[in-house]
Amino acid sequence: MTTPPVTTREHLKPPLIKIGPLAWMRDNLFNTWYNVLLTIVTLLLLWAVVPPLFKWAFIDSLWNSSAEACRDIEGACWSIIPRNVKFIFLGFFPSGQEWRPILAMLLMLGLAFYSKDRARWKKSLLWYWLIGLIVMATLMYGGVFGMPVVETGQWSGLPLTMTLSFFGMVCAYPIGVLLALGRRSRMPAIKSLCVIYIEMIRGVPLISLLFMSSVMFPLFLPDGMTVDKVLRALAAIILFTAAYIAEVVRGGLQAIPRGQYEAADSLGLNYGKSMRLIILPQALKIVIPPTVGILLSAFKDTSLVVIIALYDVLKTTKVTLSNPKWTGYSTEAYIFLAILYFVFCYAMSSYSRRLEKELDTGH
Amino acid sequence: MVFQAVALLAVLGVGYYLFSNTQANLERQSIATGFGFLDKEASFEIGESLISYSASDSYLRALLVGALNTIKVSFIGIILTTVLGTIIGVARLSTNWLISKLAAGYIEVMQNIPVLLQLFFWYAIFYESFPSPRQALNPFEGLFLCNRGIIFAVPEAHPAYGAMGWSLLGVFILGWFMNRWGKRRQALTGQPFPALRLTTGLAIGLPLLVWAFHGAPTAMDIPELRGFNFTGGVTVSPEFSALLFGLVIYTSAFVAEIVRAGIQSVGRGQVEAAMAVGLRPGQILHLVILPQALRVIIPPLTSQMLNLTKNSSLAIAIGYADFVAVTNTMINQTGQAIEGVALIMVVFLIFSLSTSLFMNWYNKKMALVER
Repeated sequence: MTTPPVTTREHLKPPLIKIGPLAWMRDNLFNTWYNVLLTIVTLLLLWAVVPPLFKWAFIDSLWNSSAEACRDIEGACWSIIPRNVKFIFLGFFPSGQEWRPILAMLLMLGLAFYSKDRARWKKSLLWYWLIGLIVMATLMYGGVFGMPVVETGQWSGLPLTMTLSFFGMVCAYPIGVLLALGRRSRMPAIKSLCVIYIEMIRGVPLISLLFMSSVMFPLFLPDGMTVDKVLRALAAIILFTAAYIAEVVRGGLQAIPRGQYEAADSLGLNYGKSMRLIILPQALKIVIPPTVGILLSAFKDTSLVVIIALYDVLKTTKVTLSNPKWTGYSTEAYIFLAILYFVFCYAMSSYSRRLEKELDTGH
Repeated sequence: MVFQAVALLAVLGVGYYLFSNTQANLERQSIATGFGFLDKEASFEIGESLISYSASDSYLRALLVGALNTIKVSFIGIILTTVLGTIIGVARLSTNWLISKLAAGYIEVMQNIPVLLQLFFWYAIFYESFPSPRQALNPFEGLFLCNRGIIFAVPEAHPAYGAMGWSLLGVFILGWFMNRWGKRRQALTGQPFPALRLTTGLAIGLPLLVWAFHGAPTAMDIPELRGFNFTGGVTVSPEFSALLFGLVIYTSAFVAEIVRAGIQSVGRGQVEAAMAVGLRPGQILHLVILPQALRVIIPPLTSQMLNLTKNSSLAIAIGYADFVAVTNTMINQTGQAIEGVALIMVVFLIFSLSTSLFMNWYNKKMALVER
């Protein structure tokens, strides 16, 4: 009778801890020798930069003091913002009428917030936007309901930035779609006109279009006719953005399979109907994320109107800084402005990412 | 057909209408037309220029100075952006949590702040936060930071450096031929040829040899404070530095995203397959990942480079004399807005069209050969 061989087992080490902060640090910060090195060097760098910056921004800083008090401190002088907040945000808008641009901005932001939900994307939403824009323009310009007229030359600060962005985006979109359709058209004349337009605009910087609007455009008009400066800049922004939207929409049109076009034809739909009912709804849906990207850069690009001396929020900040009382606090003022822009842009870009995820039906 | 004709006529009609208005306006305001003014004396100074220029030179030369300044900032900017963007894009994919999050934060923040604001910020840093030359910051020997710009030491001029440059160029040409020959030999005989390693070795070794042959000059041109300013060394103006910083930091955030997406686009299976056939990590990167990732990366990368070039026109806002700024001065002096704006557009269109020609060629070369 044989006895089965006695198997001895080596003692297994207890498994490494897989959870807890120590394990996490080992997995994510110190997993290889070069990661150990990188982590340590980065931590040292952060240690050298962050505490002094924190001290400058929060400990040694003044938040709401006079300009004189700021001269004696080492840290940041954030006081420049609260003390000039009205001018930075509203610029030269006549005093006593400030409620109008504020209301207009709230209305626009509310509308943008309302349109966030995809369940609300219906035809009625388009009408809301149209009405919203008209109300915004009326509030800003006045002349009715006892509101005194405020010439566009006095529109400045954040309301101007918003006017340029919102009107620019809303007007550029349909033009861009038309241009994209024109570029895909079978008619050679239309096609080449659209191609020339799109390629030319995309090849030049926005600043050259703004120059065109500010110094060249007045020469185009018949004697005695003038177009307002803000409108001209707005036109330049619209023309510029439309070309970029056109390229994005073209991408969407190209992504629609041929079968869809053929199916629309075989149903006997004419060009307009097949585009409106079959092709565009699909194509525009595909390109929503990149379109938001274009609108985002259009929003950032409105800051370029500084160069043709329009008083958007960047320019009002610069004017504040040129006041001898507040000279020398550019860093603080620009950081504040950067945060302002960042909040808007980040909201838009994270929204676009969310949409991308939602719309991805996984084909 | 009718529709097309109507559209064409409408465009022509509007064009003619604007043209006739313009003619009338120009005549009334007695503004000259045509490009005759290019030969006239410019009579304005330009802060920095790559070629000799004075106020008594012609407008044409002033414009050339501006164009060269645009090319200078774009060229240096493109190189730095590619390097920085690649580093941050790779850092974003790092397994190190800290590095990855820092890179993500950088990308998110820099993408979402208008580039013009960033330019103003850096310019303000130079002009307000940096001390005067007398108290210039001196982080290490030979480098000074002050409100006159960045001043650093450079090696003193010596014929050795010119010779080193030529030898490096020679190595690159040799390397290109070597690579071609090596590839053909590998295709014929299956024997690999270490062209890349050989070229790298030569590129480091040969210039050093040339340098030693010339007597190994080590004299440095170190900047020195004389009176109110520095003499010696190389001075980079605050305008140029601010423009370069702003453009590079802004654009590299976009480049980082492109690089990240490109690397992620190469499927895991590709790397695993490469390991399975026994390629070494370096070979995997060189032969499997890069060729596929680059196909995804290069097209958006070029459009970012083009964006950087176009954004360099914002130089006018901080007083760097690029092409647009010079043209703007010219428009203000002569009143010939149409010619000025046309010049800006033509110059930038040349940049864009040549880039897209290159892109089409590249795309054709890299396109997948489907079987």
